[in-house]
Amino acid sequence: MSSFWSAWIIVLTLATLVVLIWLLRCNMKNYTHIEEGQEMDHEFDGIVEMNNPLPKWWTYLFWACFVWGFIYLALYPGLGNFQGLLGWKSSNQDIQSLEESRQAMQASQDNGMIVEYDRAVRDAEEKYGPIFEAYAQQPVEELAHNEDALDVGQRLFLQNCAQCHGSNAMGGQGFPNLTDNDWLYGGSPEAIKTTLLQGRQGNMPAFGEQFSDKQITELANYVASLSGRDRDPDLVEAGKANFAVCSACHGADGKGNQQLGAPNLTDNVWLYGGSINKIEETLKHGRNGVMPAWKDILGEDKIHVISAYVYSLSDDE
Amino acid sequence: MSRFKHEFVEKNLGWLSIFMIIAVSIGGLVEITPLLFQNQTNEPIKGLKPYTALELEGRDIYIREGCNNCHSQMIRPFRAETERYGHYSLAGEHVWEFPHLWGSKRTGPDLARVGGRYSDEWHYVHLMNPRNVVPESNMPAFPWLDENKLTGEKTAKKMEVMRSLGVPYTDEDIAGAKEAVQGETEMDALIAYLQSLGTALQQADK
Repeated sequence: MSSFWSAWIIVLTLATLVVLIWLLRCNMKNYTHIEEGQEMDHEFDGIVEMNNPLPKWWTYLFWACFVWGFIYLALYPGLGNFQGLLGWKSSNQDIQSLEESRQAMQASQDNGMIVEYDRAVRDAEEKYGPIFEAYAQQPVEELAHNEDALDVGQRLFLQNCAQCHGSNAMGGQGFPNLTDNDWLYGGSPEAIKTTLLQGRQGNMPAFGEQFSDKQITELANYVASLSGRDRDPDLVEAGKANFAVCSACHGADGKGNQQLGAPNLTDNVWLYGGSINKIEETLKHGRNGVMPAWKDILGEDKIHVISAYVYSLSDDE
Repeated sequence: MSRFKHEFVEKNLGWLSIFMIIAVSIGGLVEITPLLFQNQTNEPIKGLKPYTALELEGRDIYIREGCNNCHSQMIRPFRAETERYGHYSLAGEHVWEFPHLWGSKRTGPDLARVGGRYSDEWHYVHLMNPRNVVPESNMPAFPWLDENKLTGEKTAKKMEVMRSLGVPYTDEDIAGAKEAVQGETEMDALIAYLQSLGTALQQADK
């Protein structure tokens, strides 16, 4: 802050306090030449005004406020650029990036400043840091059998993941069920962790222009038949002829490809609905499933614990 | 002047008003006026970009539908908030907001850093009917956003007004504004806006 604005704040604040003290003192003196408790020379509709002084408790409270005000301004930042005797502030400001935020946190610690927010973060790190550190040492498979870790994982899941995957982790249309052991990108601990850290971008292209409506219907019937469902054999046969295009990602046998996130089409699990209408819709317009990346938001330690929780959901042993 | 001076302000309404205005304005003069001249409140953070034409239209829809009545855009520097929403909000993130949408009431969660947290698809499903993804939600559904198409008639004008307020739009930005939004649905615009929220701070490091 420039010294002008700093001075502006200091002068206005202190002047206000001084004027208020003067006002209070004036109000405590009797200028009326009428004794306290006597009638004033003032009557309206039979109602008379008495010369009553300010209540004692109220004036003492006012004086106490002044004392508190001056103590506060001495200890805490309030007077322009003066930081206060305690070296306290609520949070670091003047930050332009996350890196600067970290630097400011370090700098105020080195300068012996008490930054309330930083202190809360450090206290939490001290308390919870070792717990997460201990969890991070254990492999996901092992952690998935640790009840305490799963409790932590579940809370983090409910807070951050349940909006899409549901509080029971069973997903919904367009959002994968995490409890069924059917994985788009793999269900190994490493694959789950990579998904969480880096996110995923599913991309099913639209085939509405390449194929006629009739061909789409035939393809949809063929795809449905892959899961062993009873479909019109003529349609299935006709659809099979065009499946070569799909097999590039889903494989010739339709069992999918976890490298690409191409779903297995033979297991009767349908991310976007398994009715013929829904399959047609998927074929015509394509699908773009996005799993956001959580590395920057949650950090690796928390993701490790969430991975264990997610892994435990479909781990039957 | 009468026997006691206070009678003067009690009986002269004009002077009473003047003294009252002086008394009331001191708080603002001390706490607000200096902020108008600080670097901290006037300089954008490193990665900050002006809203694209589509995001700007989305922002107007956000205001029109009253999203800011239930969603704040201000993460306070408390650990309980930053754990949930991300780094606390910085003044430099809001220098091009006219008006700012910080809000003061949270019926729903804070949205200051909602950008990138969910997929576009999720926002679409959620805005069509929030109960489809969050069963306990009491947020209203906004299905008409998917039907209304933007014409882009006023987009360029809006950007010009923003530029006059200090948002660094280029002539090309403004010239291409109508084309950029024409035919897009209000849903597209709102989602684009939501996905942009609070992302600048993360970008600043990269």
